[in-house]
Amino acid sequence: MLNGTPKEISERKALRINPAKTCQPIGAMYAALGVHRCMPHSHGSQGCCSYHRTLLSRHFKEPAMATTSSFTEGASVFGGGSNLKTAAKNIFEIYDPDIIAVHTTCLSETIGDDIRTYISQMEIPEGKFVVHTNTPSYVGSHITGFSNMICGFINYLSKSTGVKNGKAALIPGFVNPGDMREIKRIASLLGVDYTMLPDTSGVLDAPMTGKFDMYPKGGTKIADIIGLGDCDYSVGLGEFASAAGVALLDKKCKVKGNIMGLPIGIEATDRFVMELTKQTKGEVPYELEEERGQLVDIMIDSHPYFHNKKVAIFGDPDTVIGLAEFAASIGMIPRFCITGTPGEMFNQRMSDVFERHNIDGIAKPAADLFELHQMLKNEKVDLLMGGTHGKYIARAEDLPFVRIGFPITDRYIHSYLPIVGYRGAIRILEMILNALMDRQDRDAADQDLELVM
Amino acid sequence: MKQLETTGLLDERQKFICLSGDKAGLKCESDSVAGAISQRACVYCGARVVLNPITDAYHIIHGPIGCASYTWDLRGSLTSGVETYRNAFSTDLQEKDVIFGGGKKLTGAIDEIVLKFHPKLIFVYATCIVGVIGDDVESICKAAEKKYGIIVIPVKSPGFSGNKSTGYRLACDALLELMSCARPAEKSIGINILGDFNLSGEMWIISEYLKKIGVNIVSRITGDSTCDEIMKAPTAALNIVQCAGSMGYLANRMEEIYGIPFIKVSFFGIEDTTNSLLRIAYALHDGKAVEKAKNFTDKKSKETASLLEPYKRLLHDRKAAIYVGGGYKAISLIRQFRELGIRSVMVGTQTGKKDEYEVIRELADPGTVVLDDANPAELEKFMRQTGADILVGGVKERPLAYKLAVAFCDHNHERKQPLAGYDGAVNFAKEINMTINSPVWKLLKEEAAV
Repeated sequence: MLNGTPKEISERKALRINPAKTCQPIGAMYAALGVHRCMPHSHGSQGCCSYHRTLLSRHFKEPAMATTSSFTEGASVFGGGSNLKTAAKNIFEIYDPDIIAVHTTCLSETIGDDIRTYISQMEIPEGKFVVHTNTPSYVGSHITGFSNMICGFINYLSKSTGVKNGKAALIPGFVNPGDMREIKRIASLLGVDYTMLPDTSGVLDAPMTGKFDMYPKGGTKIADIIGLGDCDYSVGLGEFASAAGVALLDKKCKVKGNIMGLPIGIEATDRFVMELTKQTKGEVPYELEEERGQLVDIMIDSHPYFHNKKVAIFGDPDTVIGLAEFAASIGMIPRFCITGTPGEMFNQRMSDVFERHNIDGIAKPAADLFELHQMLKNEKVDLLMGGTHGKYIARAEDLPFVRIGFPITDRYIHSYLPIVGYRGAIRILEMILNALMDRQDRDAADQDLELVM
Repeated sequence: MKQLETTGLLDERQKFICLSGDKAGLKCESDSVAGAISQRACVYCGARVVLNPITDAYHIIHGPIGCASYTWDLRGSLTSGVETYRNAFSTDLQEKDVIFGGGKKLTGAIDEIVLKFHPKLIFVYATCIVGVIGDDVESICKAAEKKYGIIVIPVKSPGFSGNKSTGYRLACDALLELMSCARPAEKSIGINILGDFNLSGEMWIISEYLKKIGVNIVSRITGDSTCDEIMKAPTAALNIVQCAGSMGYLANRMEEIYGIPFIKVSFFGIEDTTNSLLRIAYALHDGKAVEKAKNFTDKKSKETASLLEPYKRLLHDRKAAIYVGGGYKAISLIRQFRELGIRSVMVGTQTGKKDEYEVIRELADPGTVVLDDANPAELEKFMRQTGADILVGGVKERPLAYKLAVAFCDHNHERKQPLAGYDGAVNFAKEINMTINSPVWKLLKEEAAV
């Protein structure tokens, strides 16, 4: 499959083949779904909204509700102002959200719609909110859109009253609901009182109740987003997805923050835990120490099976950086690490990882899966890690494949369980080991098939 | 007569919903209401789904990356040949392209494809902003055709320029353009199959039946086809049109241009499959084929009916809700459910046409809710109100149905088994039975009963 990929790598300047990213609006939609009783609104053609909802449904296996301005020829000539105003009126009337989070699209950006003005001209029902962010699809990626939507909420809502509320502002990065739960659990274990924005747990992993809730129980509360301005400090996880939010909280409300990588793997989780304990001046509870100890124990037990294995990792930049660091820290070789999202910062962070762990690795932002496939045709690796689209490469090159990141459209449960924290690291390790060891079993000659491994 | 209960619906939406017996009729074929959670896609999507299954074509999506990402290998169209179409090609327009124009990048992308892959056929899809930033896609495609001696067809499909049906039409125009590139050839006695996209290999099942009754296939449009195969289409003696929503226009145009008559067919359910095969044989005025078709359909329908018997017992008196893309499929599904003893209580489509809704309203049992371009709130309301046991729909409807503890069957891009023909009728019954009678619902129903 997809074996038409030629081995010879020639430079491409104009053509993108098999992207490792998608466009900003879907990231904004995902972030907005992480706010309680929020309706994400796509200001553009109705196809955009339909595609984003489809992909989110395919990844989370959950309904993903969002509305659209349904642009027509007229709107694209005369501007989408009346579409947006009618849309807001209809949305409040029929779907009754507490807040509408508008994001733009390539179309509404190109024709120059001034969303802030449109919103200021709307009749917004008492106690309800409309916020927006600009998400031009031709800049950055879905990660940028996620980051921008967080800024949109802070921009419109967060206020500093001058009285601190003793809380931490946590920005979790572009991760699954399962990860958001784990980040909250770790913070709680450390005695941190927090507001996390966004929080898709309880929304995109909502339990079955036999009835359809347009707005499930989860999501960051509007009052808490307003209160972000009074937080003592902020912590952003994943520079690409969270740095802008941290910076904005500082600029707007003077909440000082620290930006760190996603807590993927033992080192990054240590740093996250240390950061929070530094703030609380508390101790790390035994429960977390125990989990960390279990992780180390498992690493030692199983190290012969992953040691020196070469791995290729693709996906969103913060995730890839975290996975590469974890792989390197346990003695694997993250040989090829690519992301579709543009940004030189990716190279810097990856160089740090390579240098610290003495890895001869190749990292590339704004790359695509066609290029990764070519790299792997020229140099075989032992394992491939990334979203579902990697299955084509894994099949063509007969590689063990660990599904991790976004999107995963051909498996279940992944979004419920974390890859962050010590428990997440244990889970990643289990996935890696299962993939490698299943392969060893599959390929073993009869006489070499082992009962005990 | 029963009245439609409409509390909680937008006023503008009420005209789009009716009961099967209503005299007033139903509004359809118009734009979605701004602010609706429409289940609809866009013009580009319509064009892409029709053309995508051409296996050796290079589909370049000219625009920002999203439209290429979301449609990468988007539907389960199977191939017996190359897999070129399963890649995603895009110009991935950036901010500077939006400011200075993306034309140069498009030319570059075509050059790079030609250099790397030596294609025969390239489709260039212009998405939302391409027209707005002023790229002259047509001239760029023409220049590339001239430079390389290949076929490069522009599909100007900005999402806002209509709905999915507009996109279908654009795709049909692109197919006509492709056909016009062929040298005139002698007429054959075979047929073209229009509107089957070989989801889960359905084209192969239908082709096999046609072979059995001695009907030759000239060109399959577009499932599992190639550039060369589509160019042969003008030589056919008859077009059979399966997905009328997307291909009715192409059939009409081919009749005008090439004088090829067409008949509408459906291969969903025993009744439709049998009728379609017989009608094809008759339409070809081929006595032998008629004879063969009679024997074949007779044997197969009896065989299939007996295979359905056990499922009919298991599915007796269940109620179905249908929400699919086009009206023609909805009509087939009502019949097919009836074969299984299941009553359709809610029937809706994204882009059904007026005449199709007429048929639906006549065909459906009295009191069936009929609705156009429904949103999830309406689907929920009417599935609840009608007490549907199963919903047939597409990807966005699946999680909604599950949340409502309603069984589900994907009759769209994510169908897992072929649902066409006699084989498909059995698969359909199996799938409906699997989901309706799965023990996973039990827990919920017990809890609800407490």
